[in-house]
Order: sequence, then C-alpha cells, then structure tokens
Amino acid sequence: MDCGSDKVIYMDNNATTRVAPEVVDAMMPFLTDCYGNPSSMHIFGGQVGRAITEARESIAELLGAEPEEIIFTSCGTESDSTAILSGLQTFPEQRHIVTTRVEHPAVKNLCDNLDSLTGHKHRITRLQVEADGTLDLDQYRESLTEDTAIVSVMWANNETGVIFPVEEMAAMARERDILFHTDAVQAVGKIPFNLKETAIDFLSVSGHKLHAPKGVGVLYVRKGTPFIPFINGGHQEHGRRGGTENVASIVALGRACKLAGEKLEEENTRVKYLRDKLETGLLEQIPRSMLNGHKTERLPNTANISFEFVEGESILLHMDRYRICASSGSACTSGSLEPSHVLRAMGVPFTAAHGSIRFSLSVYNTEKEVDFVLEKMPAIIANLREMSPFWNKDDH
Amino acid sequence: MWEYTDKVQEHFTNPRNVGEVEGADGIGEVGSLACGDALKLSIKVDDNGIITDARFKTFGCASAIASSSALTEMVKGMSIEEAEKITNEDIANFLGGLPKEKMHCSVMGREALEAAIANYRGVILPMAEGEVVCECFGVTDLEIIRAIRESDLRSVEEITNFTKAGGGCGKCEDKLREILQQTVQGLEVEPKRAKKEQRMTTLQKIKKIEEVLEREIKPTLKKDGGDIELIDVDGDFVTVSLRGACAGCQSSRTTLKVYVEKKLRELVSDSLIVEEGK
Repeated sequence: MDCGSDKVIYMDNNATTRVAPEVVDAMMPFLTDCYGNPSSMHIFGGQVGRAITEARESIAELLGAEPEEIIFTSCGTESDSTAILSGLQTFPEQRHIVTTRVEHPAVKNLCDNLDSLTGHKHRITRLQVEADGTLDLDQYRESLTEDTAIVSVMWANNETGVIFPVEEMAAMARERDILFHTDAVQAVGKIPFNLKETAIDFLSVSGHKLHAPKGVGVLYVRKGTPFIPFINGGHQEHGRRGGTENVASIVALGRACKLAGEKLEEENTRVKYLRDKLETGLLEQIPRSMLNGHKTERLPNTANISFEFVEGESILLHMDRYRICASSGSACTSGSLEPSHVLRAMGVPFTAAHGSIRFSLSVYNTEKEVDFVLEKMPAIIANLREMSPFWNKDDH
Repeated sequence: MWEYTDKVQEHFTNPRNVGEVEGADGIGEVGSLACGDALKLSIKVDDNGIITDARFKTFGCASAIASSSALTEMVKGMSIEEAEKITNEDIANFLGGLPKEKMHCSVMGREALEAAIANYRGVILPMAEGEVVCECFGVTDLEIIRAIRESDLRSVEEITNFTKAGGGCGKCEDKLREILQQTVQGLEVEPKRAKKEQRMTTLQKIKKIEEVLEREIKPTLKKDGGDIELIDVDGDFVTVSLRGACAGCQSSRTTLKVYVEKKLRELVSDSLIVEEGK
C-alpha cells in the first residue's frame, strides 16, 4: 500500500513519528531470519537475546540509567498503568494520588477509573496549571500528604510541549517517601536525560514517538524502588513483565534511542529554529492568533497556536488538501464534543480553543516545508473566517 | 479521521451560498462559539411565500459547513410550507449521509431553518420555552424529545450524537435516560392500545362491524340506490350481501374490496377479509 508519505509535510510528530530508515534496517533481520525466542537454549535464542541486551543498553544510555532499570512493555500506556498500579500496591494503606489536570488520557483516564479498577476509594489531587500551561510548585508542595502513595506528572505536555519541573518535583516527593512517576513519552529523544541524578522512581517511554515502530514501550524503574508487575506470566524481563519479547520492535527501539542521542543537538538547534520560524511567522501574519503554552519552558519541536473564530477540524482538512499534516485540540477532531482538556485547564477562551492547531516537527522537516506552510496558512484561516458568523473583519 | 462522503467533502471545499442575504426576510441563528459550532442562516422570501435566496455563515467543522451549504441549496426555490417539512435526516441524506457522531450538524441546519422561518413569520419557537437539560450545550427537553421521536433514538449516546446533550460534563446523563425512557414508552403506548382493540371477541367484532356498516357504509351505498347486509362473521371472514342497485352491479366486487373491506379494516380490524355471500 502506498500512503504517499513522501509527498506530505508531516508536522504531527507528537502524535506519532515515521520509523527512521536506519531503524527499519536494524529490525528487519528479526522479522525474517532471526526469528528465535530469546528464552530458547539454542544458538537462535542466544543471538536474539544478545540483540535485546544491546537494545536495553542503548535505551539506558539515552536516559542516563542502568540497563537493569529498563523494562520493555507494549506501549507508553502500559508503562503508565504499570507504574501507578505498582505504586498503589506498594503502599496499600495510602489512597492519595497527585497528578495534573493536563495529563495524557493514559494517566488521566486511569486515575478517573481507579476506584472501580482497584475496588478501593482513592483521593486524587489534580494540580491546576497557569494560563501558560506551567505548574505552581507551592500548590504541589501543599498537595503532598502522609496519605500520598504516588505522584504522576508528565515530563512534557503532548499538546503544548510545556515542560514541567519534574526533577524538582521528584526530589520533593522523595523527601516525604512518596513514589514519583513521570510520563516522559513526549520528552524522550527531544531533550537530554540523566535519570541517575534525579529522584524519579518510574518513567514511561513510547517507541513510536521517537522514530521506532508502534507497539513497544519502556518503563524505567529505579534500582531499589519496590515493583509489583502488571502483567504476570513468564520469567521475561526478570519476572517483571510476562510475555515473549517483541524482539524486532525492541531492537528497533534500541536503534532509535541511539539515533535520538546522536540527533539531540540537531533537535535543539535546527528543529527548534524551524519551529520558531514557523511560530513567529504564523503569529505575525495572521491576526487574532496566539501561542498556547509557555514560550521557553517548552519542547523544541512543538508549537500550539490558536486561530480565533474558526474551527480546528475545518482548518486541518484545508491543510490536508496541501498535504500538510498537523492536529487540533478542537472538539470535532477529538471525537468528543468539548475542546481539549489541556487548553480548558489553561483557561484558553472558547473562541480560541476550538481553533487550536498543534504543529510538532522532527529532524525530518525542512525549511522549505516551513516556508510552504507559512505561505498557505494565512489564506486558509482567512477563507474560513470569511465564512464564520463571529468574524467581523472591520473589528480586527 | 472522519469518513466523510464525497458530497460532504465537496460541499466543504466549495461551499455554496456563503454570506448574508441583503435585506433578509428571515434570519435564524443557532449554536455558539462555546459549543464549537454555530450557523447563521438568512433567507429572502417573495410575495408568494417562495424562498428566492438563502445564505449561510458557519463556524464549525467540515460537516457543519457542508450541512449549511446543503441546506441553502435545498431550500432555494421552495415555498415556506415545503421548507418547513425539511428534517435533519433530509439534510444528511442530501449529503449522502454523515458520520453518526456528526448528526448534530444536520440538526443544527434544521434548527437554523426553523428559526429563520419563525423569524420570517414573526413568531417565537416553542423549543426555546423548554427546560434546559444539558447546561453545557444549552439543550432543552423539548429539543431532546423531538430528536428522539423524529430520528427514532434509542440510547443516550444517540441523543448526544444528534443534539450534543450530555456531550460535555455528562452530569445530565441520568436525566437524558429518564427523558428517553418516558418518550419511548409514550411512543409504544399508542400502538399497544390499538393492538388490544384488535383482540376482540367474535361478538364484539360483529357488533363493531354492524356499527360501521350502519354508520359509514350503508349511507354511502344508499346514495347510489344500493344497500348492504351482514350475513356472517367467521374469524376474519366477513360475509355480506349487496342489495338494491348494488346487486348485479358490474362493479360490485370492486365496491366490496376497495370500499367496504377497506373501511372495515380501517375501523374494525386490519385483518378482515370481506366476501359476498350468495
């Protein structure tokens, strides 16, 4: 099947990324010749086992962690559930969780459904965010109690790219013997990590957000942190996660992490430059547009911009005609009827929330592509505004 | 990604009749920025009550824009009375269908049309007088009941798809379920009664048939110099004898089947079969 991916301008990398060609090369042998089960006691198993060990080392290196602190999972969501449920079982008498109002559904919906899932009543503190999407640390400090079992705060927000001070927050939790989990799915591969220097107990990674395939993730569990498995079964991952290893994808993730390490500088220089050029250009050219999220405390690749009085899905479909791929926090694109919970938590007015577009770049984007988007966007927005009953040209 | 029909995509990409009619005779505004979609429909109506022009301004997704565009195309050239009969299903069908989660876009079209017609006539719509059930989207009980009836909705999810009610905080879900149950029960009560009447004893049936013959059928036949008499009722078989001018009339069989049988089926039981006794 030809998806025509070579013809698109892909700026939706926070949704998923293209699998890097080097990554495809690295995983292919494990989909063809090297089909052994790493648990087997023959040469086949041995080869495959070594490949997994290498992958584990590459991931540990990117995170600044030890290989034995890496558990392979099926996705970021599994990693999140595993960490939070493990933390709750570690402290069965403590029924309080601290999280934020802007978490990814992987954490948000788990917290919403904890009571029916565990059969226990939990108290959940969802930290408010400021208008620029940042957290108030005083509010966080006050939320920690003796009853708190675990804190789960994302490293960077998927919609706005805003980065939270998780290292500081983890240290504050550690002082009170509270476990700390962070969903770092959006951050890994985009900013540097050195987990050894932090007090973070659990950290979730998703393969497909950093140019590995879908269906593989990682849960980092600090050495010494109590851990109770989510999926019980065989002895794989030292009994911490049952199920035969997804070998090809694990190898792919290892290769992707190596690549991400090599490209980290490019991500924070060239990609950031492209993002800034796109963002500044759009805000300058298009009246009544605004940036959602903190200007600097942010991932280098993400720009979330609202265009007032027009609706996100309509913008996206017009962009799609020029093969520009991005996403929106509007109600219509989410399948629900309300705009993004992240933008609402930030207090973004409805006039803007419905017309928000997230551009998320990667090392595969070019300046030519950014220029093309800058050339097409003003007319798309102007045309839709022409049609909008709330837009009055003379007022703006 | 939604699966939109080619027609939805075409009307979204090239919307017809965007703008406002100058000196409009009726304007309908529904939805709001907070709700995520809104439609302002303006119509021009001539002295004969024909809609000569219709234009729209829409804030919303592709299906909202396509529904608005479709609506303006549909009503142009229609009389107000014809336009009044347009349902949201008609708008959706015009577009070759809408994803079920997007049916509320067609409902918005129908509502804007109603509002524009009411504005043209200078009356206030009863919908606005209902009690607001969904506070997030400002949907009244009257709107919900109407949607349940018109589109044959059978779950809270369907109500949300069609009216948006319950799609926000979700606090009104119980209330929606209650309205759904009451409305659906109300719909089922009437046919049930009708069925009960069908299950009558033979004696009741004979009495009823006699009654209808005396009251409805004989007077009509007598105008043409004819008459009719009931001979026997056996289950659903009704034997009658035609008299007077009807006896030997070439069209007597037609009279029996097309008129007498039809009338008896309508007023007594729809399974009756009328035959002529010798």
